[in-house]
Amino acid sequence: MSGILITGGNVIDRTGERRADVRIAGGIVSEVGQGLTAADGEQMLDASGCVVSPGFVDLHAHLREPGTEEAETIETGSRAAAKGGYTCVVAMPNTDPTQDSVSVIEFVRRQGEAAGLCDVRPAGSITIGRQGQQLSPLAELADAGVHLFTDDGDGVQDPLLMRRALEYAADLGIVLAQHCEVKRLTERAVMHEGHCCSKLGLPGWPSIAEELMVHRDIELVRLTGAPVHILHLSTARSVQLVRAAKADGLPVTAEATPHHISLTDELLAGYSSLYKVNPPLRTMADVEAIRAGLADGTIDAIATDHAPHAPETKEQPLDQAPSGMLGLETALGVSLASLDMPVADVVAALSWKPAAIAGVADQHGRPVAPGEPANLTVFDPNVEWQVVPTQLASKSRNTPYVGLPLRGKVKHTVWRGSATVLDGVATR
Amino acid sequence: MKHFRSVDEAGPEAIRRLLDLADHMAEVNRRPNPKVPALRGKTVCNVFFEDSTRTRLSFETAAKRLSADTMNFSVSSSSVNKGESLRDTIETIAAMGVDAFVIRHKSSGVPWQIAEWTNASVINAGDGWHAHPTQALLDCYTIRTALDRPDSFDGLKIAIVGDIKHSRVARSDIRAFTMLGADVMLVAPRTLLPPDTDMPVVTELDDIIGELDVIYLLRMQQERMTESLVPSLREYTTRFGLTPERARRLPEHALIMHPGPMNRGVEMAVDPSELPGSVILNQVTNGIAVRMAVLFDLLGSGSNLEENE
Repeated sequence: MSGILITGGNVIDRTGERRADVRIAGGIVSEVGQGLTAADGEQMLDASGCVVSPGFVDLHAHLREPGTEEAETIETGSRAAAKGGYTCVVAMPNTDPTQDSVSVIEFVRRQGEAAGLCDVRPAGSITIGRQGQQLSPLAELADAGVHLFTDDGDGVQDPLLMRRALEYAADLGIVLAQHCEVKRLTERAVMHEGHCCSKLGLPGWPSIAEELMVHRDIELVRLTGAPVHILHLSTARSVQLVRAAKADGLPVTAEATPHHISLTDELLAGYSSLYKVNPPLRTMADVEAIRAGLADGTIDAIATDHAPHAPETKEQPLDQAPSGMLGLETALGVSLASLDMPVADVVAALSWKPAAIAGVADQHGRPVAPGEPANLTVFDPNVEWQVVPTQLASKSRNTPYVGLPLRGKVKHTVWRGSATVLDGVATR
Repeated sequence: MKHFRSVDEAGPEAIRRLLDLADHMAEVNRRPNPKVPALRGKTVCNVFFEDSTRTRLSFETAAKRLSADTMNFSVSSSSVNKGESLRDTIETIAAMGVDAFVIRHKSSGVPWQIAEWTNASVINAGDGWHAHPTQALLDCYTIRTALDRPDSFDGLKIAIVGDIKHSRVARSDIRAFTMLGADVMLVAPRTLLPPDTDMPVVTELDDIIGELDVIYLLRMQQERMTESLVPSLREYTTRFGLTPERARRLPEHALIMHPGPMNRGVEMAVDPSELPGSVILNQVTNGIAVRMAVLFDLLGSGSNLEENE
């Protein structure tokens, strides 16, 4: 494998920030320092004005394969991830069939390797078929390398089952991730319950439906000692609950999506299903609380909840259209445009903090130092740009960001020592 | 105006213009031959994804009195049941040459989605819980004529009573009555109110019934009980129904209105035909005039109402 030399960038990793060139050879970082000169045959990547950071890790991507390949495949989703600066994505298990058996897990992982654009780490479901009835073979799946388990799309409704899942998981070194939504409170719901839904005549999705389950699961963590990762926080009160849990020293982590730090429920006024998402877009007060939660570390990670949907499904009436929006290619641009945080803290929330939660911290989110795996992202933190739907690598087009100013764009992505994205274009 | 989809989107100026225009239409409707050639050559397609015989008949009659051609698309006998998407359905009908779609759908917002897929005008004949703007127009027109209030509703006290949360009629009426200057009060238990409203809310009908100019009763649906929104229809009637006792306490000039169909013995616990203030059938009659006004405003392209070719 021929090497790569990244020159002129500002290196940001968990050890700090410094100007340095980075040489990559044999899949690892071989040299970091100033004024490095290119060796014969080495690929030169210009990083002037750019940040060089460990590759991003997405805790929450729906790659839709197997089952809904018309919306996304592991290959197209991986390409979207690479363009977004990701070197590792956790593939959510709400596939068809569900990722609740070793064979499906192995299939997803193989497809990820075949695509060859980033690490695809399948999450397993907590219950068989995500039906909330019977536990998936958690130990068997953990032996097969699964670290994160979730019924995402739905929360585990039954408190007894959730308690048992946590007790059983406690000895396996795995993490259960919860989609917090008490279903009984969101039947028929389309958008955040509040002023806007009242005016628009759309059934409301109350904040309390999320907060009750956040609260319940925090108390179950207190009881069982098993860790829980809370997916896509969307309300101010949820942030408070997680903050208090962390202050109590409980093993609770949390993520927030780019859309919940940038968009509000008022966007539903034109009845476009592009803005229908679960959990729903909420109010500006909630957006500000989530931003504050990221800034003070209450929320550990930015996770995309990348949810591709084919146009014909999104073109249904709002109450029938599926929830979800694209995220992988815009996460950085939305985050830097929306958050008043040092770039290094945003990178932490995109890279090494989610890497730890995903159980991939041996390969991703590593310091940029000799001997470390060469999974790196080079991005311009200042460039302003706009999404052009036809240029998206994702197979779907359901992005809500068309026409909105984004700041910060990925220039190069290096995965396992070779470039998956060069000058913003996927290499394969 | 290109579309007529909600009271807010139309705005106060258009609402007043349409009400004035409805006066002319009402005059046409009183003629021995209630028909004018104003929309000859125009095609209006009624697309009702949800059953509503009265609204569809009203629109069809309105279009025919203006000499427009009408098409009726009913979902039960259509390709929608063969899995055709909403978009394909609309694009297919539009390709036959349609000037206006009259849309009824159980989902809020569908008229906005449809307007993205066709160049024809879109008239909202009721979408989900959201809006029913021609109902609001006919209600305004009914109050305006019955109480002789041609210019404004300033100072009128109007109570809208019942299941406001699930009511597109209430949402449109609140906007239209307020726009014309009325003081609108909502009367309902909190379970039947929208989660967040900036309108004044009254929880006891008896507290205000003696001072009302208009009482507007909404239809109370049976299934609200099974959703635990009210304990029983009997209890609903006791608290919010128009009983003979309450009817006696209404001021003499007060109007009693209902969008229909009525649940006798529930919200209407008295025979409305015995109430001099009941204008429920006037509402139905006026529906045709205001729908003629809307169609003419959208499709008339400046032509004179009486103009002959």
